[in-house]
Amino acid sequence: MTPIDTERSITVTVNGVPRGARVPVRRLLSDALRHDLGLTGTHVGCEHGVCGACTVLVDGTPVRSCLVLAVQVDGAAVTTVEGLARADDDGGQVLHPVQEAFRECHALQCGFCTPGFLVTIAAGLEARNLSTEITEEEVDELVGGNLCRCTGYANIKKAVRHAADTMRRNGAELPLGNSAPLHEQGPR
Amino acid sequence: MTTKLFGEPVRRREDARLVTGRGRYLDDIGAQALAAAFVRSPYAHARITDVDVEPALDVEGLVAIYTYEDLTGPMAEPLPVLIPHPQLHAPRTGYPLANGEVNHVGEPVVMVVATDRYLAEDAAERIVVTYEELPVVVGVDAARAAEHAVHAEIPDNVAARHHQETGDVEEALAGAARTLSFTQYVERSACMPLEGKGVHARWDPADSSLRVYSSTQASTSVRAAIAAKLELSLERVEVIAPDVGGGFGVKIVHPWPEELLVPMAAIALGHEVKWTEDRREHFIGSAHERQQRQEITVGFDDDGRIAALDVHAWHDNGAYTPYGIIVPIVTATQLVGPYVIPVYRVVVESVYTNTVIVTPYRGAGRPQGCFAMERTMDRIADALGLDRAEVRRRNLIRPDQFPYDHHLTFQDGRPVVYDSGDYPGLLSRLTSLVGWEAMEDRRAEAASRGKLLGAGMAMYVEGTGPGPYEGGHVQVLGSGKVLVSTGLTSQGQGHETVFAQIVASELGVPMEDVEVTTGDTRRFPYAVGTFASRAAVMSGNAIALAARGVREKALRIAAEVLEASPDDLEIADGVVGVRGTPGASIPLRTIAVLSNPLRYAFDEAAKQATQFARPGADDQPPVAVGDAPGLEHRDYFSPIRSTFASGAHAAVVEIDPATWEIDVVTYAVVHDCGNVVNPMIVEGQVHGGVAQGVAGALYERMAYDADGQLQNASFMDFLMPFASEVPDIDIDHQSTPSPLNPLGIKGAGEAGVIPGSAAIASAIEDATGRRISAMPISPTELYDVMRSPSAERTAAAGRRTEVGG
Repeated sequence: MTPIDTERSITVTVNGVPRGARVPVRRLLSDALRHDLGLTGTHVGCEHGVCGACTVLVDGTPVRSCLVLAVQVDGAAVTTVEGLARADDDGGQVLHPVQEAFRECHALQCGFCTPGFLVTIAAGLEARNLSTEITEEEVDELVGGNLCRCTGYANIKKAVRHAADTMRRNGAELPLGNSAPLHEQGPR
Repeated sequence: MTTKLFGEPVRRREDARLVTGRGRYLDDIGAQALAAAFVRSPYAHARITDVDVEPALDVEGLVAIYTYEDLTGPMAEPLPVLIPHPQLHAPRTGYPLANGEVNHVGEPVVMVVATDRYLAEDAAERIVVTYEELPVVVGVDAARAAEHAVHAEIPDNVAARHHQETGDVEEALAGAARTLSFTQYVERSACMPLEGKGVHARWDPADSSLRVYSSTQASTSVRAAIAAKLELSLERVEVIAPDVGGGFGVKIVHPWPEELLVPMAAIALGHEVKWTEDRREHFIGSAHERQQRQEITVGFDDDGRIAALDVHAWHDNGAYTPYGIIVPIVTATQLVGPYVIPVYRVVVESVYTNTVIVTPYRGAGRPQGCFAMERTMDRIADALGLDRAEVRRRNLIRPDQFPYDHHLTFQDGRPVVYDSGDYPGLLSRLTSLVGWEAMEDRRAEAASRGKLLGAGMAMYVEGTGPGPYEGGHVQVLGSGKVLVSTGLTSQGQGHETVFAQIVASELGVPMEDVEVTTGDTRRFPYAVGTFASRAAVMSGNAIALAARGVREKALRIAAEVLEASPDDLEIADGVVGVRGTPGASIPLRTIAVLSNPLRYAFDEAAKQATQFARPGADDQPPVAVGDAPGLEHRDYFSPIRSTFASGAHAAVVEIDPATWEIDVVTYAVVHDCGNVVNPMIVEGQVHGGVAQGVAGALYERMAYDADGQLQNASFMDFLMPFASEVPDIDIDHQSTPSPLNPLGIKGAGEAGVIPGSAAIASAIEDATGRRISAMPISPTELYDVMRSPSAERTAAAGRRTEVGG
C-alpha cells in the first residue's frame, strides 16, 4: 500500500522561538506540538473541540489545537502554556499573573485542563482594558468555554479576578505582549 | 506538633509544575514508543464469527496485531473478579480481548500496534470483524424482565442478591401507624476525568524487567496483576502512576485489559509501547455508575419518626462484575444516613445489562442511597404536613449515641458503627446558612418575577478511609532533605502538599525540605489505592506514624550526643535542641549522618558530623541489635474500621414556567470531616463534588438506545457542566474529630457529590408541587411531568394553592 500521508515542512514560531518540523498533512496541531516539538504542556482532553484543554494562541488568538492541522499554522506564531512565564534577569522565571493567581487561589486540582484555561484567560485579560475592574460577566466569559472536572470552577473564577486585579495594579506591563522566550523549548 | 502547618491553607506544591506545563501525564511519557489502538465492538451483544486482519497487513507502519487467539496462559483466561462476595453468586468478567462473544459496545476485540497512533488507527479500521447479533438487554427494567439474557447461562440476569436486615421488617411495618410505598429511579453517569486512561510499558531484555506507567488509582495492584497475568516475578515489575488527570473512581478498576495487553506487546516486541485512551473510547469502554430502580416502603408514627424501612433496589452492573458488588453494598449500608432506623431490610439485586461495566464513581452508590433515604424523609414530611427539616431532626442520631451501631456490614466487611459526629449540629448550621426559615419570603419574591422557587435539603453519612491498610516511609538525608513516600496514588487531591504538611508538623522540619512521592512501586510496594475518601485518613496517618518513628530515633541519637534526656529535646526548623538551653543543639541532617556508622566524607554534611561522632564501645556492634543504619522509619496504619464523615446540603432552585429551565440559585453545604489538614484543599474537594452532584441531578446521563448504542458519547452531547452550570456554593464547617486514627481525620474526597440529586429533586418538588421520582431531570422532562394529568401532586402543593403550573 502506498503511504496515505504526504508530508510538508513547516516553520512555526513557538513561544518566541522559530521551530521547523516535517509533518504529515493530517497531523493535528495538538499532536505536532506535543509529539513533534515535545511541548507536552498542551493537553488533549476530547479531540473534538469541546473541552478546551488543548487551547493555544495562534498569532495571539486562542484556538483549539485539536481542531487545527499543523500545516495550517505554517508561518504563524504559537504560544503554549510553556510560553506564558517570562525569563527574568537572573535566569529564573516570572510566572504570568494568571499562573500566579491559579496557584494562589487553588484553581487547579489534577491540572490536566489547566493549560487551556491559563492560555485562554491570559490572552483574554491582556486584551481587555486593564485599568478597569473586571466584571462578573467578563469572568464568566473568560472561563465559560473550557471544561474542568475537578474544581467546580469557583476557584478558577476567583483566580481570574485575582489576576485581573494584579494586572490592573501593575499597570501597562503585558507579560505576553512583550514576552521574551523563557528558554529554548527543544524536544524532550 | 512543633510547626503549625497541620490545618493551614498552605499553597499546593504540585502547582509549580502544573501551571507551567511541566506536569508529566501518561501521554507525555515515551516519545519513542510504538502506539497501540483497539478495534472495539460496535455491537452491544454479538457472537464473533470471524476476524480478518488481512486487509490491514500492508498498512505502512504496522508492527503487530493481536486477537484473542494470540493470548496464552493466564492472559487467555477471564479477567479477575477483584472483590468476590458470597452474595455475588454469578460473577462474570470479560477477557483482555473478546473470546468469541461481546457483551457491550466498546469491548476490545483486536489490539493493533504501529509506529504511531495515526497509523495504528489506519490499520485498526481495515480489520474486518464479522458479528452475529444477539438480543440486547439495556436498563434495569429490561434486565429484571429477563426476556433476554446477557450471559446465556444466567437467564434471570441477576449477578448478586445483596441482602441485609436488622429485624423483622414485616412485623414492624404492620405495627406502624402509617406506611408509604413508592418507586424511584436514578440514571447512569460517569467519572469522566479530563484525562482518559493510558498505559506505557518498557521491557528491559538485559535484566528481564518491566516498567509500566499507568494512569491508575492503584499502581501496586496493577503491578501484582501484571506479574500474575504475564507470569513475571513480582520484583521484575515496577508500576508508576505519573501525574494523573483526574480519576473519580474509574481508574481504581484494575487490571483494565489495556494494562495487561500493552505490557504484553512491549515484551513481545522488545520495544516500548503506549496506549492513550481517546474520549470516545473512554465513553464506551470505561466504567459508568449510578443506575438503580428503588422500591421503598417506610413505616412511621404520627410525629414522623421512622419505625421500619424496607428497600428493594435493582442495580445495573453492566456487562461484567470485575469490581464485585461494592456499589450495591455501599448503597445498602450508607442509605440509612444520619438516622435511627429501628428495623431495616435492604435487598439490592445487581443485574447484568449489555452496557459497559459499572464500578465506583465518586460516591460509589452513596448518592443513590442518599436519594432513597432523603426522598423518604421528604415523603414523610409531605404526608404529615410537617417541615422537612423537622422530620429529619426527629429521626437523627443524637450526639450522645456514639459509637452508633447500625447492625449492618460495610464494604470492608466490618460493622457499620459510626465513630463520632453531630448531626443535629449539621442540620441547624444548614438551616441558618441557607435561610430555611425565610424561604416563604423568597418564594413570594420569585413569584413576583414569574418564577417558581423551591428549596430542598439532604443529609448524608459517609464511611471513609476503609482499610485494610496504607503505609508510609520517611527518611531524613544528610542534606537535610526529608523523603516521604506512600504507595497510594494521586489524581489531583494535593497529596504532595498535605502529606508534606503532616511530616513538617510531626517532625518539626521546614516544609520546603520535604519531598513526597506517591503511587510509585519502586518507592513503596505495599498499598491499597486511592478511593473511598481514604488517602488522608489512611496514608496521612501512616505517614504521621512513620514521621513519629523518625522523630523518636532522632531524639534518641541527639540525646546521646547532647548528653540530655530525650524528654528534654524538641525539634524546630530541622534542628534538635535542648529545651531551655540555647546553643545545645544539633541539626537533623547531622543526626541523619550520625545514624549510619559508615560515613565516607563525600560531602560537607558528613565532615561536619564527625565533630559529634562518639566512638562506640569496643564490646558492642556498631549497629546495635534491633537498630538499623539511617534516619528512617516505615510504618503502617490499619484502622479497626472506617471512620464516618457527614454533611448536609441545601439547594434553592428557581424554575421558569415558560421554559421549565431549572436554575440552582443557592447551594449551601455544611461539612464535617473531622480534623482538616488543609482547609483550602478540602474546600476545593467540596466544590468539585458539588459540581458533579449538580451535574448528576440536572445534566448528565448515559443515553443508551434499545440496541445498546451510547447516543451521547462525546462532550458535545454528554452535558458535563461548564462554569455556567455550576452554582455558587456557600460552605460552613463543623469538626468532630475521629477517635479511630491518630490525626482525627475523616475522609473528604467524595462528600460533595453525595446529596446533590436528593436535595435538588426535593427543591424542584417544592417549587412545582409535583412528585419528582427520577433523576436527573431535564427541562423537557420537567415539562412532561407538569403537563401530565397523571403526575402526582404533593400534599404540600395542595396546602399551598398558589404554587403550580
